[in-house]
Amino acid sequence: MSRMLTVFRRELASYFNTPLAYVFIIIFLFLTGIFTFYLGNFFGRGQADLKPFFSFHPWLYLFLVPAIAMRLWAEERKSGSIELLLTLPISLADAVLGKFLAAWAFTAIALACTFPMWLTVAYLGDPDHGVIVAGYLGSLLMAGGYLAIGSAVSSLSKNQVIAFVITVVVCFLFTVSGAPIVLDAFTAWAPQRVVDIVASLSFLTHFEAITNGVLDLRDIFYFVSMIGFWLFANLVLVDARKAA
Amino acid sequence: MERMIEVEGLARHFGPLVAVDDVSFSVSRGEVLGFLGPNGAGKSTTMKMITGFLAPTRGRVAVAGNDIARKALAAKAAIGYLPEGAPAYGDMTPASFLAFAARARGLGRAAARAGIERAVEQVELQAVLEQPIETLSKGYKRRVGLAQAILHDPPVLILDEPTDGLDPNQKHQVRNLILGMARDKAIIISTHILEEVGAVCSRALIIAQGRIVADGTPRELEAMSRYHNAVQIRVAAEGAEAALAGLPGVERVVALGEGAYQVFPTAGASITEAVAGHARAQGWEVEQLVVEAGRLDEVFRRMTTGEQDVPESLPAPGEEAA
Ligand SMILES: Nc1ncnc2c1ncn2[C@@H]1O[C@H](COP(=O)(O)OP(=O)(O)OP(=O)(O)O)[C@@H](O)[C@H]1O
Ligand SMILES: [Mg+2]
Repeated sequence: MSRMLTVFRRELASYFNTPLAYVFIIIFLFLTGIFTFYLGNFFGRGQADLKPFFSFHPWLYLFLVPAIAMRLWAEERKSGSIELLLTLPISLADAVLGKFLAAWAFTAIALACTFPMWLTVAYLGDPDHGVIVAGYLGSLLMAGGYLAIGSAVSSLSKNQVIAFVITVVVCFLFTVSGAPIVLDAFTAWAPQRVVDIVASLSFLTHFEAITNGVLDLRDIFYFVSMIGFWLFANLVLVDARKAA
Repeated sequence: MERMIEVEGLARHFGPLVAVDDVSFSVSRGEVLGFLGPNGAGKSTTMKMITGFLAPTRGRVAVAGNDIARKALAAKAAIGYLPEGAPAYGDMTPASFLAFAARARGLGRAAARAGIERAVEQVELQAVLEQPIETLSKGYKRRVGLAQAILHDPPVLILDEPTDGLDPNQKHQVRNLILGMARDKAIIISTHILEEVGAVCSRALIIAQGRIVADGTPRELEAMSRYHNAVQIRVAAEGAEAALAGLPGVERVVALGEGAYQVFPTAGASITEAVAGHARAQGWEVEQLVVEAGRLDEVFRRMTTGEQDVPESLPAPGEEAA
């Protein structure tokens, strides 16, 4: 546990050692602002909630989260520091978890910086704060899902650009797997049960369920098991690919 | 003697390539083992397996009595490791990097501070402690890696080319550092600098194509040289070459020019007495007479390439370093 925290602290600090953290947070705030106020017609709707704000998160994360995740293992392998990290008396699970949690904490910080949105709706109207809290929780869980995918993929390659592109593609598939664009590829040949399973893997469906303010344990369990599965894959992949 | 590193039948394949092939040895407390071998011989791969970074294809490694596969954390805790090229986190400063390493090793606050302070002093890092590692010169990066390896005072040290890229003063310092730590640690270093072997190693392995081709103390390895007990003599006398060649135990005489000759003994023979006695008896005016212990570079070449290299005419003394 304390070893995991050591990795966590180093990783989190390293985001702020470079301009990455600041650039990311500024771009994140800028884009959420644009999407919410212009595309989401935040004021015109005449409703005091953060629906338009949250509805863009899946699409924002689709590109921003892989940008955070791509460096997690690819950089470590490229620079050779992975040899140092994995010969310290730290278990691989601690290293994987510490890195993931640091990246997740960083996205949480970026997300927390959007609190003026919340203040704005609270000032303008009388929003349902429970729904907003659920929205933030759902957004954070979804970011964790994307991050876990990105972390696993970044252990496949030493090249961060390749890791980024593959992560975006995988995340995209999981985002829209409930939409016709993916389902149509299955309905033609697969039994309905398989189609249902594919549809149930959609980030979007589960995220929207949570942001509607209905905190269903199944939606939370979905994201948690998604994160667990990808982190396990991450562990196996790092072990298999560290030398290559 | 306590066996701190035990390696048995170690092998590692990369696809069709056999990088390490059935390597066995052990290192006890107080020993400094040197890995010698040409590029690609498998030195670094062997070290990566000892430190638990790479899983062996076959074989077993135990460090401080802990099997590296089954008790990985205990084994790793006993090791200080400088990987090849001294990788580090470039965006960190040496101070924060060393603090991270100390925490990862589970040192408490006071122990960490003391360990870091001592290590920083030993490799003279004080001047660059707050400068990002990626902006450091190559030698300083290596020193950061060294400090990281020794700060927890481990009983086992594995150093992959620890003096590569260091200036002559630092090379000297690091060799002294290794010698100073040798008493109560088991140390493995790899190096391409042959004089380093005599200077710090109590034993050396020559590795070629993944196999151990020679194993012994630096003296024993030198004794395998064709130059072992060879005599170099410089005399101003007519017919000296023929006279030397006729002495008992002499295998061959090579003229070096300007009245200097290299006299090779037959294997195992000592010809110093014979050469010196003959010179005295003949009343030769001997300007120089040197007995060689052997040349490690020649043994190295012969062991790793199979080349027999005692040429017909040798370069003049002092030039053979090239
Ligand atoms: N990850 C890898 N994948 C494929 N081949 C590898 C890998 N790592 C090492 N090798 C090969 O294994 C062999 C041994 O490499 P190693 O790095 O152990 O050599 P070395 O003795 O340390 O050489 P040097 O003196 O150049 O450092 C080389 O042929 C190398 O190309
Ligand atoms: Mg090497």
